[in-house]
Amino acid sequence: MSIEQKIQTGRPPVIEIKDMTKVYVMGKTEVRALRGVSLTIHEGEYVAIIGASGSGKSTMMNMIGLLDQPSTGSYHIRGAEVSSLSKDRMADMRNKEIGFVFQRFNLLARTNARRQVELPLFYAGVASGKAAKMAVAALTRVGLGDRTDHKPDELSGGQQQRVAIARALVNTPSILLADEPTGALDSKTGAEVLTLFDELHQQGITLIVVTHDMGVARRAQRIITLRDGLVISDEPNEKQQVTAPDAHYLEPQANEQRLNSQPNTTSEAESLLTPSIRESEPVHENS
Amino acid sequence: MKILRYFGVAFESIRANKLRASLTMLGIIIGVAAVMTTMGVGSGAAASITAQIESQGTNLLTINSGGSRGNGPTSNSSGSGATTTLTRADAEVLADKKLHPELALVSPEYSSSTTFVNGDKDSTQQVVGTTPEYALIHNLTVTNGRFFTQEEVDNSSSVIVLGATLASDLFEMTDPVGQMVRVANQPLQVIGVLKASGGSGFGSNDSRAFAPITVAQGRLFSAPRYRGTYTISSISIKGADKNQLDKAQQLIEQTLRLRHGLGADDANDFTIFNQASLLESLNTITTTLTLVLGALGGISLLVGGIGIMNIMLVSVTERTKEIGLRKALGAHDSDILLQFVIEALVLCTLGGLIGIGISYGITFIVKLFTSSFSLIITTTALLLAIGVSSSCGLIFGLYPAMRATRLDPIEALRFE
Repeated sequence: MSIEQKIQTGRPPVIEIKDMTKVYVMGKTEVRALRGVSLTIHEGEYVAIIGASGSGKSTMMNMIGLLDQPSTGSYHIRGAEVSSLSKDRMADMRNKEIGFVFQRFNLLARTNARRQVELPLFYAGVASGKAAKMAVAALTRVGLGDRTDHKPDELSGGQQQRVAIARALVNTPSILLADEPTGALDSKTGAEVLTLFDELHQQGITLIVVTHDMGVARRAQRIITLRDGLVISDEPNEKQQVTAPDAHYLEPQANEQRLNSQPNTTSEAESLLTPSIRESEPVHENS
Repeated sequence: MKILRYFGVAFESIRANKLRASLTMLGIIIGVAAVMTTMGVGSGAAASITAQIESQGTNLLTINSGGSRGNGPTSNSSGSGATTTLTRADAEVLADKKLHPELALVSPEYSSSTTFVNGDKDSTQQVVGTTPEYALIHNLTVTNGRFFTQEEVDNSSSVIVLGATLASDLFEMTDPVGQMVRVANQPLQVIGVLKASGGSGFGSNDSRAFAPITVAQGRLFSAPRYRGTYTISSISIKGADKNQLDKAQQLIEQTLRLRHGLGADDANDFTIFNQASLLESLNTITTTLTLVLGALGGISLLVGGIGIMNIMLVSVTERTKEIGLRKALGAHDSDILLQFVIEALVLCTLGGLIGIGISYGITFIVKLFTSSFSLIITTTALLLAIGVSSSCGLIFGLYPAMRATRLDPIEALRFE
């Protein structure tokens, strides 16, 4: 589905959270990690969730990522209420609707890139032959088409994170959820990952980045700041550091006009993707 | 089949972690090899004893003169055994098909030791005086020459058949058939040499000689008489029907008691050995032996299984992050459970197969060094080993797998 078509269907909300709270009981003390959070994220948005440690952003990520269930409040993902889902249904939703990118990549040791990327497909029940093709396609999409047989210890940190991103994308999820995606990378490889995020965003993927790093957050269109389990600010990022400012979630009409005036946006973005990654990546990389 | 895909995952995980996998398997490998080898020793011993007994002939009943000196029901024997009461006439009655149709072959035997001389070579060995039926009952094979005939028995012909070892002791490289040998100072013509049976000691015919019973009783040893007939040392009988040996034994007992004029309170003055019951009791012994050896091996298998559980538990802790990741990527609890159970199952079965391979290797090596005894791996032992090792995998893999399933993906992902 091209960006134009998505815009024409009216950009449905992907995530709708209303009055979400989360209370952890640790022994006799109760920790109120979230104290009534409401927010809506639409398809194609690039959102950063920031906050200091203890602000509830990790809990928020676990909630969005369906790794945990809220104590009260409602959470709809693609229109489906998730607070009443069984463990297995939540696992299926994680498998098909959400792609995870972790700070420490979380790749399996001694397993080559293609097998890493096939993992979500295995749990989706995709036949192995088809899964291999899809995995190679996803790796090509993040610029690692020639590294499919490499194991994690044969890849640089930036490359490992791109394998993780390919793994997150391979099941064509609604949301790419990244937790400190550059936290374990040096600034140069971190920048490569962020460039990749920009390009994925331009391809229409919904991106949610949880971070405490303002440099990372500034790449997003919208920054949600948490403090003490509450949203203290939720505003468009005026100083977004990308070449294509994309504030369509505020003015869908204006965006539609802008995109319609550039009918080749999608194909351009796709054709630009691979070369731009190749350029940003030296042949021998140390991380 | 979704389950089959987990075997792929298991093999991949084993291949990626060879050291961990081989350490996990080690216990099962040793356990299975121990069980298989010890059970092989048991079965091999049983088979070799049975084969040795059966090489003496099958369906055998042997009647020895003299009452049983054991603690049988007839042990209050008073004075029996002092004189031998078993005679050739007894054997002739038993051989009568009209009276004893249940006995296929009957052969009297009178044996004693004496000196064999050929030129400057001599040897003291046993001479078995008997009839041609003896060769049939005890499966004697003549490789050179022939066994003596009934006619030669009737005529007390001066002929003798030598065991293989005795023949080579006396005649070395020359052909003994047709030559004369002095036995108890009587010249006898060698008419045949028996095939070497290979075994030595118990029941081996290699160092004995066989002469017509008439010659042995009269000319060689002058056997004592009882009621006018020559006594004999034993009667060999081949039963007509393997399943009727016990019945035949009873009928023989009746006949002999009657012939020997024994009253209701008198003990038998003869003893009947039943090969079937001998084999039966030997089988019981070897089965017990096999079971004891198997149980010893089984303990090492159990230890091996607990070893698997240990390493799987450590592996679950070590792989907490992997489990969390798999859950985050959409694995159901059942996926994780199956993955770990099947991994344990594959490890144990693989270990079991390696253990079986090792025990076959040991069998092969034993075969290289000895020919008289061999390890026998029975199908039962094989199936048992495979069954036990895979159930070890299932049982000892289940608990670690359940631990893995219970991990909270959030905690698991945060685990460093």
